[in-house]
Amino acid sequence: MKPVQFQQVDETLYHEKLDNGLDVYVLPKKGFNKTFATFTTKYGSIDQKFTPLGKEDAITVPDGIAHFLEHKMFEDEEGDVFQDFSKQGASANAFTSFTRTAYLFSSTNNVEKNLDTLLNFVQHPYFTEESVEKEKGIINQEITMYDDNPDWRAYFGVIENMFYHHPVKIDIAGTIESISNITKDLLYTCYETFYHPANMLLFVIGPVDPEKIMEQVRENQLKKEFAAPEEIKRFFEVEPDVVAKEKSVITMPVQTPKCLMGFKETGASRQGDDLLKRELSLNILLDLMFGQSSDNYQTLFDEGLIDDSFSFDHSAEEGFGFTIIGGDTKYPDKLAKRIKHMIETFKQSNLTEDQVNRAIKKKIGSFLRSLNSPEYIANQFTRYQFNDMNLFEVVPMLESITPNELTEVLQDHFQFDRFTVCQVKAEEFKE
Amino acid sequence: MTQIEERIHELKGLTVHSMNTNKYKTNSLILMLKAPLTKETVAMRALLPHILQNGTSKSPSRKQLRERLDDMYGAMLATDVQKKGEEHVISIRLDVANERYLSDTTPLFDNAISLLAEVIFQPQLEDGKFVSSVVENEKRSLKQRIQSVYDDKMRYANVRVTEEMCKGEPFALTAFGTEEDVDAITVDSIYKYYQEVLKNNQFDLYMVGAIDEEQAMSSVAEKFSALVERDKNTFETIASPEVKEINVVNDEQDVKQGKLHMGFRTYTTYADDDYVAMQVCNGLYGAFSHSKLFINVREKESLAYYAASRFESHKGIMMVMSGIEFAKYERAVEIIKEQFEAMKQGEFTEAEVEQTKAMLKNQLLETADVARGIVELSYHQVVSGKKRSIDEWMQQIDEVTKEDIIRIAQKVKLDTIYFLKGKEENQ
Repeated sequence: MKPVQFQQVDETLYHEKLDNGLDVYVLPKKGFNKTFATFTTKYGSIDQKFTPLGKEDAITVPDGIAHFLEHKMFEDEEGDVFQDFSKQGASANAFTSFTRTAYLFSSTNNVEKNLDTLLNFVQHPYFTEESVEKEKGIINQEITMYDDNPDWRAYFGVIENMFYHHPVKIDIAGTIESISNITKDLLYTCYETFYHPANMLLFVIGPVDPEKIMEQVRENQLKKEFAAPEEIKRFFEVEPDVVAKEKSVITMPVQTPKCLMGFKETGASRQGDDLLKRELSLNILLDLMFGQSSDNYQTLFDEGLIDDSFSFDHSAEEGFGFTIIGGDTKYPDKLAKRIKHMIETFKQSNLTEDQVNRAIKKKIGSFLRSLNSPEYIANQFTRYQFNDMNLFEVVPMLESITPNELTEVLQDHFQFDRFTVCQVKAEEFKE
Repeated sequence: MTQIEERIHELKGLTVHSMNTNKYKTNSLILMLKAPLTKETVAMRALLPHILQNGTSKSPSRKQLRERLDDMYGAMLATDVQKKGEEHVISIRLDVANERYLSDTTPLFDNAISLLAEVIFQPQLEDGKFVSSVVENEKRSLKQRIQSVYDDKMRYANVRVTEEMCKGEPFALTAFGTEEDVDAITVDSIYKYYQEVLKNNQFDLYMVGAIDEEQAMSSVAEKFSALVERDKNTFETIASPEVKEINVVNDEQDVKQGKLHMGFRTYTTYADDDYVAMQVCNGLYGAFSHSKLFINVREKESLAYYAASRFESHKGIMMVMSGIEFAKYERAVEIIKEQFEAMKQGEFTEAEVEQTKAMLKNQLLETADVARGIVELSYHQVVSGKKRSIDEWMQQIDEVTKEDIIRIAQKVKLDTIYFLKGKEENQ
């Protein structure tokens, strides 16, 4: 077990790669009541086409299966694993993203037992035809709930506009139609392929003794047998650089229309420091263009084009990336036009040292603020690690970014053949 | 684990709650302004903190104020308005990095105290009042926020059930007021109201973090010296009315999923000794994944993705909510009623009670790990006038018996069943 100190933020991280390939990280947090643990597989909604473990030929699985599998993991021969956690005073949960499925618990007591429960249930699949059918009823209601949510619809709408083929454009939960094709056997196939310890990461954070935790995990894993790890083969179609659709309008009975604008990332294969620098740079640029201290924000607000739902974000993973800007607006067309124009103007201006330093300072402060949250650290650390980056390198990386580098990223990323707009409006709406 | 100690300092017109801890990488100032929830003031209270964020006399625009915050290593200034029972609370929060983690030696926390006071006492003015364009823009933005509730069906159903259930009680108001209330606000009325707030509201300032308390207190005393003495809280609560018959309300909209919300009167609030037993009761019934609602509505019958109950501490309302197919309305209502009947009959095991207690204690300790959470816990005492430290709270949870839960459940009455369903032609 190796401790690594991050002096600037006063944290020490312990790491060990177990013989079966599992990466275990422990971050002791003094003074906290809660211990939070995540057990994450590098497997999400985009992993639709792959070669199953021990097989030759690739298969394509139904949309939404990673999320369905996440739901079904909570059931074993004895019933519902949530119950085991709550008997031990822990709250458990899970989530599926584009690229990850994470299982987690938090508890202020019985940490050892809860950690065993977490490791054991995630490493013990148990599916029956009957329970798979039953789950469809629950997930159908989950899908219907999101169907009624205009923010969710706009978000997926703008992503859908960007991509021709990439499965990031498919809703994480799938559709009522697609999940009807999920079977017990398909779930086992996905499980065997993606839940190998060598494809997973355990993160434990809280008032814990790292030695003890590591010892417990080692012992737990030694009792179990796993097939020899194989490299997982995932397949994606070649994705053009330009957006698939420049604009789409979703008709829903909303009071205030929504307008989200997106830029599709170019050459989205970055990993490691390249990706870290790229995404931090894009976040700084977005803040300079549209943050609350920007002229643009003030103008848009004064002109009545935005309200405080306005936001922006850049996300990237291996193989795809995008920037999304927007929110509620009474003038969706006008807003799209103004944003486009503001970006064009910004691209022609010079970034000053002052401006950039202020934005970097701001990012450093908000990064420190995020470190108050054990959930943030565990989830983000895992995400960073899966992309070959280190969460605790954020501050030095931020400090190294120069105005020239930002200018380059600005010109490269914000190109208008990669720009798209998705609006949600009521049928009778007239701008 | 010992919990963070709270030290209270009474100043003129201001109670300071100091909580010293090394847990966090940032230090927080959270200012709470409390006044009764009333139709006349609700929208002005929702609007005011947004106007104040638009600039101070020294930094007379949103942009200039935000630049100052950015320069303070991205200090976070955020505001919120909330109902706490029939009290309406404005909170203004300023959170700054702990200088220990920076190469810079600027005294950020001290600057934060000054800036917070500046935002409160020295807003940007024009002819001795708020700037009219700022007021108009913020009115528009607030109206959009009010409208956006309509587009979030879970929130919308919650607003509607509360409105119907509490007709004639202040609690029927939403924390933001209505669009008409906002329209009625003028530059004069809001500025006049701002001055009243400074004079009459109850001010509580929380300081959480690695703070030099003595130095911080002397700064606060100086910067907040404009506050004058005011009347102390009286803790008058409006008694919940008796339920005569169950009120059934249906709305129709173009939606795909039905939202079933059911409001119960518990006749128990934070100030009561029975409060903790009611928390356990709500926990067994609907707050967790081992609760009756989750097990019976979701797991056994696959009727819903979510089915839960929430207990409002200061009004004493327990709200059940679930998203279901339109056609499953009758069945869902039946199960939800049956399951509460089971609570009254004591149809739950000691093991389930223990499980619920473990979850509640866990929740409490987890809340205390977050700066805003520990402030919320402490502020319950300000709102209710009832002292209950975290340790006492934990102990009271342990002491709840099965008999207590049955007794408390028998006081609970279903008041309103609200259902938001799709339009006829879509069904």
